[in-house]
Amino acid sequence: MKPYFKFVLISASMWISIWNPLHGQTETDGLWMPKRNFCGGLIAGASSWTHYWEGTLHRNNQNIGTLSSSFLMAMGNYGVGENTNIIFSLPYISNKASAGTLAPQQGLQDLNLSVKQYLGGRNWKGSTVGLTAVGGVSTPLSNYVADFLPLAIGVRSRTLSLRLLGDLQRGIFFATASVAYVRRASIEIDRTAYYTTEMVYSNQVIMPDVFTWMVRTGYRKDPDHIVEFFADRMNTLGGFDMRRNDMPFPSNNMEQTRIGLGAKWALGKQGLSFMGNVSRVVAGRNMGQASAAMAGLVWQFAVPMKTKSIN
Amino acid sequence: MKPMHNFPSTQSALKALTKNNLRSKRKLFHMRNTILTAAFAALILLPTACKKELEQENMQFPALEPLRSDTGAGTWKTILLSRPDQIPVAAPVAVTSPDYRLELQEIVSRQERMEEADEDNLKYWAAGTVLRWNEIMRELVAKYNLPPYQNPDGSYPFPDANNPLAYPYFPFANPPYAARAYAYASAAVYDALVAAAHYRSLYRRPLPSRTNPKIKHLIPVTGDWTYPSDDLTAAGASVAILSLMFPGEQDYLQRRLNACRDAILLSGTCSRSDAAAGEALGRGVAAVFIARARTDRAGASAGTPALWQQLEQKAIQVGETPWKSLETPPRPPMLPAFGKVKGFLLDSLEVVNNRPPAPPSVHSEQFRKELAEVLQYSLNPTRERVAIVHFWADGAGTYTPPGHWNAIACSDFVKERFSEVRWARNLALLNMAMFDAAICCWDAKYAYFNPRPSQVDAAIKTHTGVPNFPAFTSGHSTFSGAAATFLAHVVPSRAGSYKSMASEASVSRLYGAIHYRSDIEVGMNMGNMLGGMAVQRALTDGAE
Repeated sequence: MKPYFKFVLISASMWISIWNPLHGQTETDGLWMPKRNFCGGLIAGASSWTHYWEGTLHRNNQNIGTLSSSFLMAMGNYGVGENTNIIFSLPYISNKASAGTLAPQQGLQDLNLSVKQYLGGRNWKGSTVGLTAVGGVSTPLSNYVADFLPLAIGVRSRTLSLRLLGDLQRGIFFATASVAYVRRASIEIDRTAYYTTEMVYSNQVIMPDVFTWMVRTGYRKDPDHIVEFFADRMNTLGGFDMRRNDMPFPSNNMEQTRIGLGAKWALGKQGLSFMGNVSRVVAGRNMGQASAAMAGLVWQFAVPMKTKSIN
Repeated sequence: MKPMHNFPSTQSALKALTKNNLRSKRKLFHMRNTILTAAFAALILLPTACKKELEQENMQFPALEPLRSDTGAGTWKTILLSRPDQIPVAAPVAVTSPDYRLELQEIVSRQERMEEADEDNLKYWAAGTVLRWNEIMRELVAKYNLPPYQNPDGSYPFPDANNPLAYPYFPFANPPYAARAYAYASAAVYDALVAAAHYRSLYRRPLPSRTNPKIKHLIPVTGDWTYPSDDLTAAGASVAILSLMFPGEQDYLQRRLNACRDAILLSGTCSRSDAAAGEALGRGVAAVFIARARTDRAGASAGTPALWQQLEQKAIQVGETPWKSLETPPRPPMLPAFGKVKGFLLDSLEVVNNRPPAPPSVHSEQFRKELAEVLQYSLNPTRERVAIVHFWADGAGTYTPPGHWNAIACSDFVKERFSEVRWARNLALLNMAMFDAAICCWDAKYAYFNPRPSQVDAAIKTHTGVPNFPAFTSGHSTFSGAAATFLAHVVPSRAGSYKSMASEASVSRLYGAIHYRSDIEVGMNMGNMLGGMAVQRALTDGAE
């Protein structure tokens, strides 16, 4: 049987590291790894911004200049059952500012682990629709500093997320839409008092939860040949605005709307694929207006390898 | 729902089905529904599961039950008042008068009508009025401690005290400004409480419950006399000073004052006339401090472009590298004339006489060594050192280093169970020491106008923001030395901790790569000296 549902695109998300547009987007498509198939790879990417939103005010900051972020991410997706995939991603991130004196930050960020469960599907007016649920957890893997935005590589919050995703295929065209709720645990910072809209005497910071939606559509001849447009939005449910000329804080009210173009293309028939995308933030709040690009290679093979099931 | 058949996009899910019989199909169908239901349920439950709440240290403070009532505090040495009765307080009406009986009836009915919100408010203020007003002040400092954004032409606007709510908001509550505000408010509260103690001993009006036994004491009672109320005296003095220091916050301060008064009137320890007399006394004493604050030269501490130029020229003339702002566009140096402000412990001549010798010349071997050390800390941060840097940073948007030491002091004073007047006296001396520390430190900074490490070597990246003023001496070290030395005197059991905290606060600036070793060592010595002067005063003010 043709292993139709085998792989997945990766790109950048907001809710792992809110200031660094980076995530394993494997949770956000309608594609599948067959049972006992593994797909893994390395993705490299870069993003940068010179403008950001201080609250809703769009501004630059000559003491930051351009904030550049680059990352290298290991990711993988394993088919534990015909309807169940396990997905992980682990990024190493490096951030620096082109102006000012603040020291660059780098390190392993958060491990992201998801279980993707196919719920069912049907034919509908000549199209095929399917429904998927994705449950995820993430946790910081190194002791990086969260309370040093915008240079911090992440916000350290452990998360629990649930995504519901609908996928539609009609001929060579597809459309995927999903919504996700991300529950974020409180974080601990290095100081014992901080000001939000009031004084807080604690080293704990309550992190507002996050709601995201995403749509993607375009050409999908098969899971190895995709060219797509995507748009997504994340917003925290609560949080506070940066004050005038203040620095950002992990529990800010963050919002971001982003658009992008992505592709995945098989290189030969040995299970090797190229993937990549470009994106641009078009609206936001208490976040940088990032432009980002990433590209990588992924390799799919059966486990054990002798029963490799590539075409 | 239709069973799945041959849909391209569901092929892998279908694989199991097509291979199996109807029964397993049904099983999968049921399983699918179960998962679907569970997923939707989880999506709904996820946002509501485990409410997120913070346990804040200051909200756990117990009701203040002083170990000593300090009823004799009316004889303690005041700071600005020439005599404890400098501000007159009229004798109260007799406890037998109808007016007073009506006041007591008000307390009874307040206590009968008490709701949960009243109880929470009472619990909050019961921890101590002096403590809570100190916290309110820290909050306002944090709220206003943000540097103004530049004008379109690259110059910087200055906050205007007469138009505090127009951007840039007045004040920019930076560390020297904050140190002064903390000192004035704490010292005024102390003098006011000494005066209140004097009048309470003089008029000896008994507790409300002695006259009306239906009144319950909902907070611990200290002392037998209530006129004027020490809680409202502290509140009145605090509101008056804070209205001067944070003129855009008058509505907010009035709300907090009302809440404070409500709590105390509910507590059963104070009648409305006790409260009113206290508030008026507090405001009267504060007026003495406000008159001094208006003439302490702080208003001119921002200097002028001519002064900024002159400081630069002076450094060049002696062959040194003058300080330059590392911000873009360059920001004028922070309060270059703050060293000339009139303090509480030293006069201006003493400030100059106590000025430390110049830091190592930028051309000296010593300087090269110290710069190399800063570079090492810049390039090789450890997580432990960065945690120390951030713990003590107290930079923009925070209550500043003096605020941090107030927070440290208050946490310990809660455990010491000081009376309100002793709380006020210890906070006054602590903050006077830190205010004078700011003056001496700023005097040295602008006497030498030396560069920050990152100005000399651009390879030095910092682990916290670089403050916009010269390096020598370190403000953090000076504040911390002053605070730790004084606190060690009033809470001797914590002397060792204060010393190590001060050392850590001091070295955090070297770890952060924003100060040389000379800055922190000389700053610490200077701070210790000022803390010692506060101790000297404590030994002779009649409270020990």
